[in-house]
Amino acid sequence: MPDLIEKKNAGIPAQRAESAAEPKPEKARSLGLDAWHDLRRRPIFIVSSLLILLLIAIAIAPGLFTSVDPRAGDLRNHYLSPPNYGHLFQADWFGYDGQGRSIYARVLYGARASVVVGICVTAGVTVLGGLTGMIAGYFGGWVDTLVSRITDIFFGIPLLLGALVILNAFTSRTVWSVVFALIALGWTQMTRVMRGSVITVKQADYVTAAKALGAGTFRILFKHILPNAIAPVIVVATIALGGYIATEATLSFLGIGLQDPTISWGIDINSAQKVIRTAPFALFFPAGMLSLTVLAFIMLGDAVRDALDPKLR
Amino acid sequence: MGRFVARRLLQMIPVFLGTVTLIFFMVHVLPGDPVAAMWGDKAPDPAQVAAFKHEMGLDKPLVQQYFDYLGNLLTGDFGTAMDHRKVIDKITAAFPVTMRLALLAFAIEMVLGVAIGLFAGLRRGKAFDKSTLMLTLLLISVPVPVLGFVFQNVFATQLKWVTPTVQDSMNMGQLVLPAVVLGSLSLAYVARLTRTSIVENIKSDYMRTAIAKGLPRRRVIGTHLLRNSLIPVVTFLGTDLGALMGGAIVTEGIFNVKGVGFELYHAINLKEGATVSGFVVVLVLVYLAASLIVDLLYAVLDPRIRYA
Repeated sequence: MPDLIEKKNAGIPAQRAESAAEPKPEKARSLGLDAWHDLRRRPIFIVSSLLILLLIAIAIAPGLFTSVDPRAGDLRNHYLSPPNYGHLFQADWFGYDGQGRSIYARVLYGARASVVVGICVTAGVTVLGGLTGMIAGYFGGWVDTLVSRITDIFFGIPLLLGALVILNAFTSRTVWSVVFALIALGWTQMTRVMRGSVITVKQADYVTAAKALGAGTFRILFKHILPNAIAPVIVVATIALGGYIATEATLSFLGIGLQDPTISWGIDINSAQKVIRTAPFALFFPAGMLSLTVLAFIMLGDAVRDALDPKLR
Repeated sequence: MGRFVARRLLQMIPVFLGTVTLIFFMVHVLPGDPVAAMWGDKAPDPAQVAAFKHEMGLDKPLVQQYFDYLGNLLTGDFGTAMDHRKVIDKITAAFPVTMRLALLAFAIEMVLGVAIGLFAGLRRGKAFDKSTLMLTLLLISVPVPVLGFVFQNVFATQLKWVTPTVQDSMNMGQLVLPAVVLGSLSLAYVARLTRTSIVENIKSDYMRTAIAKGLPRRRVIGTHLLRNSLIPVVTFLGTDLGALMGGAIVTEGIFNVKGVGFELYHAINLKEGATVSGFVVVLVLVYLAASLIVDLLYAVLDPRIRYA
């Protein structure tokens, strides 16, 4: 509420004038709007959202940033180092990989797989986990017990391990098989967050009031409980998005995620690991882009959490 | 206390059975024939495949295989892998290695993480706090394979402090570098969690009372502030021990540690049902035990929490 405080301090005469006329009620801001006003002024939010917007632009249209084909290899350029200066945005800006393909082009084209996996998995787990968590938290009883035990079961299996088992079943893996595996294993995390949040919210007076007014279950859940319980889910989802991108790269690195025609930072990191001493740039650029991407999403999540959690103000 | 432990142990049974069932069917139902794959690119002899499947009990209906497996598991028999080694032998060979690695990583992240978080929280907004926030954020966003290669290259190949790969997986000295890589991500989380918790609690009434009573600073911070701030950290650390043991696949691969991750990675690639299930069973047991210990630690840290 920094706005309110500022107004109180600065506008005492104005307030008097106002109360002399008709007292104007301050327009009530929703939690989301409040958070937005807070976020707009945070440099960390602005930097991370600009980075993410740039990344999404690269993912949608990598051709805008380079005209080089990321799959065209020229073996004369085998692990050719990047030039020391100049050549900004040229094919040889970041050097060439083992097959003589431009690392700059590959780093740009690799963004798509990571962004698609990150966004789709996060959307999937949020919808699936959000719904199950809402049902478990609101109805309680045996439904809650059942859902909670199921989430317990999934928590015992490490994400990477389960994903390895599922992805092994696919003979040819695309982005969608990775998305499927990560949603199948990740949704229970969101269920837990949503369930806890709904249990706190459902005891609120306005829920009882809505019930007394005869609102249906569907209306109570989606009109009254969901908007008030969604904040922690948004925070966890934003931070988890970066984590899913890192997991995809790790799976691709292990050779069990994405496969070659798809361009992925994880695959490029894997093929660059053998030459880390002679051609460190081949590892540095895909790894750097991956880290920068994960960093951007984690920073965004941090900023959103600070804005949505009134306790930390 | 006794009743609470008994109730928790009973609650663990369905979770344990559920996880075993889930992993069993995940390994066995998913397509791909592990026996035929043993012949590689050559076309396998159907008679040989059938004989091998019969020997391993893979020709029975899946549900019967499942109940056979469960029954054997309850008597402590983890089954036989397709290379005719007992799964229990693989487990007893791999788990001590990973246990050392995970405990070493755990110790590093706990001691360093809490210490860094405490100092950062006490000096909120100062240079140390700000650099801690930046560095931990950086550590969280660098993926484990990259961190592994960078550390391997810097500390082993360039500085020659340690050997690049582990020669003897039971040697604690050689496990230090892999443990640092394994624990670094959690170290960052622990430091941030501790810092947030300290910052939240430092303004609380009991802190003011403790200072007003004239208690020495050591005691105010050690017994009052730190103890009350550790609950979220303990929760994280409890679930993390299991994650460290199961999540060491990449680290063990980079540093050539012959532990759980190494064995599991190969077993999953060969669709070795018995080995994968056996390892996961032990991992789940570790996870369940850790979460029970965490619940009991709550009562130690916060006397208001009592288990009837």
